[in-house]
Amino acid sequence: MLTTALIAIPVAGALLIAIAPLSSYWLGSLAALISLVEIGVWITTAARFDFSSSSLQMDQRASWFSDLQVSWHVGQYRFSLWFVGMTVVAMAACTIYGWWAGRDRARAYFALMLLLTGAIVGVFVAQDLLLFYAFFEAMLIPLYVLIGVWGGSDRMRATITFVVYTVVGSLLMLAAIVVFGLQQGTFDMTRMGTSSSQWLFLGFVVAFAIKSPLFPLHGWLPVTYRESSAEVSAVLSGIVGKAGLYGLLRIAIPFFPQPVHDWRIVMLILGSVSLVYGSLLAFRAPDFRGVVMYSSLAQSGLIVLGLFASNSLGFDGAVLQIVNHALVSTALFLLAGMIERRTGTRGEFSLLGGMARGRPALATMIMTVGIISLAVPLSTTFAGEFLILAGVFQQGWLWAVIGGASMVLAAMYMLRAISAVLHQDVGPAVSENALDLRVGELAIVVPLVVCLVGLSAWPNLVSGRASAPTSSGWTQYAP
Amino acid sequence: MIVKPHIDWFALAPSLALLGAAGLLLMVAVFAPRRGRKATSAFVAFGGFVASGIWAAFLDDRSPNATALVHDAMWRDRWGALAQVILAGSGAVAVLLSYGERMRDEHVAEYYALLTSAGAGMAFFVQAGNLMTLFLGLEWFSIALYVLTAIDIDLVGSLEAGLKYLVIGAVGSATLLFGSALVYGITGELSFDRIAAAGHAHDAMLVVGLAMIIVGLGFKASAAPFHMWTPDAYQGAPTPVTAFMSSATKIAALVVTYRVLVTTFPHDQHLWRVAIAVIAIVSLAWGNIAALVQRNVKRILAYSSVSHAGFMLIAVAAATPLGARALLYYLIPYAAMSLGAFGVVAARERELQRPVTLQNLAGFGWERPFLGIAMWVFMLGMLGFPLTGGFIGKFYVFAAAYDHGYWWLIVAGVIATMISAYYYLGIVRAMYFRDAAELQLAPAGGSPPFDPLLLAGVGIALAVTVGSFFAVQPLIDVARSAASSLPL
Repeated sequence: MLTTALIAIPVAGALLIAIAPLSSYWLGSLAALISLVEIGVWITTAARFDFSSSSLQMDQRASWFSDLQVSWHVGQYRFSLWFVGMTVVAMAACTIYGWWAGRDRARAYFALMLLLTGAIVGVFVAQDLLLFYAFFEAMLIPLYVLIGVWGGSDRMRATITFVVYTVVGSLLMLAAIVVFGLQQGTFDMTRMGTSSSQWLFLGFVVAFAIKSPLFPLHGWLPVTYRESSAEVSAVLSGIVGKAGLYGLLRIAIPFFPQPVHDWRIVMLILGSVSLVYGSLLAFRAPDFRGVVMYSSLAQSGLIVLGLFASNSLGFDGAVLQIVNHALVSTALFLLAGMIERRTGTRGEFSLLGGMARGRPALATMIMTVGIISLAVPLSTTFAGEFLILAGVFQQGWLWAVIGGASMVLAAMYMLRAISAVLHQDVGPAVSENALDLRVGELAIVVPLVVCLVGLSAWPNLVSGRASAPTSSGWTQYAP
Repeated sequence: MIVKPHIDWFALAPSLALLGAAGLLLMVAVFAPRRGRKATSAFVAFGGFVASGIWAAFLDDRSPNATALVHDAMWRDRWGALAQVILAGSGAVAVLLSYGERMRDEHVAEYYALLTSAGAGMAFFVQAGNLMTLFLGLEWFSIALYVLTAIDIDLVGSLEAGLKYLVIGAVGSATLLFGSALVYGITGELSFDRIAAAGHAHDAMLVVGLAMIIVGLGFKASAAPFHMWTPDAYQGAPTPVTAFMSSATKIAALVVTYRVLVTTFPHDQHLWRVAIAVIAIVSLAWGNIAALVQRNVKRILAYSSVSHAGFMLIAVAAATPLGARALLYYLIPYAAMSLGAFGVVAARERELQRPVTLQNLAGFGWERPFLGIAMWVFMLGMLGFPLTGGFIGKFYVFAAAYDHGYWWLIVAGVIATMISAYYYLGIVRAMYFRDAAELQLAPAGGSPPFDPLLLAGVGIALAVTVGSFFAVQPLIDVARSAASSLPL
C-alpha cells in the first residue's frame, strides 16, 4: 500500500492543484506541502523496510488485463528504496525552488511537477514491464511541457531534440517489451525468465543509454539542459537520467545474461568514453551549466562501468553513486539557477567571477557541493567511485585506470568552475546588488547538502543496503 | 409462389432505429416551426443514435451464437453488434459536436436526417452477410456522406470536397462491385460462408475479385494508396461531419473488411494477409510522412487517420483471435480520440471563423484550459502514449503482429510512431508553447461562444480515451466474445 501511496499522493496532488481555486502563491505552497508529505511517506516506508531481506517488499499486485498477463505490480527492492528516496528529495527541492522562483502559470507548472514526481517514482517501483514502460513514457509528458513553456528562448529546438531522442529510444523499448513479454507469457518482472536475444537486449539498452545519457547518444543533452529552467535541468540530470540507469540495472542486465556477457566490452568502452569525453567537455564548457551537464554525462559513464562490472562491489558502488549524483547534480543545477538569477546571465564564466566576496553562504554552498562532487576522499562520492573502480578492476585493470584518471579530470573541471564563479576578478555581470543566498534558497540547498554530508559520514547506509534484483545475487552474471 | 423469408426484426433494430429517426427528421424539416427546428432535429438525431446503441447492446447480449438472417443476407452476431454500439456512440457524439455549427436554417433538419441515415447504413453494413448487402450498405452510407460533405454551401471548399469524395468514392464502389461480380461469377454464390464453402480457392478470377474487394473497402477505410480523397474531403467538409467520417466510416470499413476476409476467403488467407500487411505499411508510411508537412490541422488529422488505418490493418493482417480483439479494442479509443480532436478543432474554428492552422492554434491551450488539455490527451493518445487507450491499442496491435510472426510489422509500426511524434506533439507545441500575443493574431472578437453540447461531446471523448486505458479488461472481454463469433 505504501508503494502505491508513493505514486498516488503526487498524482492526486497534481489533480488537486489543477482544480483548486487558489492564487499562484498558495498553489506553490500546496505543491511544496505535498512534496514534503511525499518525503514523509518515503521515510515511513524506509522505517518499515526490512533491510535484511533482499526480496521484493511492500509490493501490491492487481490484474490489469489478464489477456496478456499484464498487472499493476509495484514493490520495492532494497535498491529501489534509495532510488525512490533520492527522487522524492530532489523533486521536493526542485518544486520548492519553482515556488520560490515564482514561476508563472503556476497552476499548470506545479501540477506538472507533481505529475512528474509520480511518474518517476512509478518507474522505480513498477514490477510489471508494461507498467514500467507506461511510467517511463509518462515522464516525458510533463517534461515536454515543462521545457517547452518555461524554458529559455531556444526552447522549441530543445523540446524537439529532446522528444526525438527519447521517443526513438522508448519505442525501440516498446517493441522489445512486446516481444519479450509475449515470449515469456507474462509481463511481470518477478516471474520472467532470462532471454539470450541480442536484439531485445539492444532495444532496451539503446532506450536506457539515451535517457542516461551515454556516449554516443547524448546529442540531446546540450540544448535541453541549457534551455530548460534550472530546476527542470536539475530534474533531468539528477533524476530522469537515473531512470535510464535503473533500466539497465533492473531490466537489461538481469534478464539478458548472455548478451550482457557478449556486449560487456562494448558497454565498458562506451562507459569509459562517456567518462573521459564528458569530463573533457566539462573542462572546456564556457558556462556553469555546461560543466554540470557534461559532468553528468561523465558520471553516468562511470556508473555504467560499475553496473557492467557485474559483481556486487560494482553494483553497490553504482547504486551509491546514482544516489550521490542525484543529490549533487540537483544541488549544482539549482545553484546554477540561483547564480543566473542574481547576475542576469546564462552562467557564462566570462561574465562571472569574484562572487565569493561578501557572499559567504553562496560560496560555502558551491564549495561544499563542488568538493563533494569531485570525489574528494572521505566524501560519499569517493566511496561510490572507489567501489565502482574496485568492482570494475575485476574485469580488467585498464577500466580501473581510466576510472581513476577521470577523478583527476573531475577535480580539474570542478575546481575550474568554482574558481571561475567564486574567485578571480569580479565579473562584469556581478554587481554589488547581486545578493547572497536568501533564507529561502538556503532552505532548498542546505537539506541536499546535509544529505550529502550525512552520506559521506555513512555511505554504507546505501551501499551496504542495496542488493541485486535477483535472488541468486549479482555475481551470477560475472564471466 | 415466392416464399417469404422470416425476418428477425430485433436483429435489424439498430439500423431501423436510425432509419426511423431519419424519417422523423424529414417530417421535422417540413412541419416543425423554424424557431425550434434546430433543437428538435438535434434532439431526434441524438435520440436515434442512443436508441440504436441501446438496441445494439441488447443485441450483443442476446446473440451469443452467430445466426444468419433473411436468407444469409445479414448476420446476427456479436461482431456486428459491438461495432454498432461503437458506431452509435460515435454518431451521438457527432450530434453533440454538430449542434453549435453555423448552418442555414433550411438545411438543419436535413443535415441530421443525412447523419442518421449514414449511421443507419453503417449499422446495416456491419451486419452484411452477402455481397449484395455489402454493396448496398456501402452505397447507402456513402451517398449520405457525399451530401453531408457538401452540405454547407457557404463554406469555401465544401462543394469541391464533396465532389472529390463522390468521384473517388464512386471509383471505390465500382471496384468493389466489379470484384463482387467476379467472385459471384466463379463461385455462383453470394453469401460469404457459401463462397468459402464453394471451394474455388486459388482460382485466378477469385483472387482478382478478392483483390478488388480489398481495394474497394480500402477506399472507405482511407488506407493508402486509396486515401486520395481523405485530406480534401476531411478539410472541406463541415468539421462535425469530418469527425463523424473519420471515426464511424473507419469503424464500419475495418470491421467489415475483417469479416469479409475471414468468412469469405479463409482459404486464400496467405494471400490477403500479405496484401493487407503491405497496405498497412504503405498507409503508415504515407500517412505519417505526408502529415509532417501540413499546416492545416484538419489535414494533419486526415493524414493521421490514414496512418491509423495502417495500424488497424496490422491487426487485420494478423487475423488471429488476438488480432480481432486488438482491432475491436483499438477502434474504441481511436473513435473517441478522432471525434474529440475534430471537436476541439471545431471549437477553435467557430471562435476564429476561419480554418484552423498550426499558426492560429497559438495560445489556445491557455485560453480554453479544458479544450486544451483534451486536445493534448487526444494527441498523446494518437501517438500511443500511456494514460490513454491509444497506448494499449498500439500495444495490442503489436502483440497481435508478433503473435502471428509478423515482427516486421512491429518495426514498421514503431518507425511510423516515431515519425508521428513530430506532428502530434507539434499540435501541442502550437497550442501551448507560443502566446497568441507573440503572433499578433487578429482577435476573434468578443468572448468565445459558449457551447455546452460541444464541451459535453469532447468530455465524453476524453472520458473514453482515458477510461479505456484503465478499463482494459472489460473492453477486452467484450471484444473477445465479439471476436469469437467469427471463424479463425
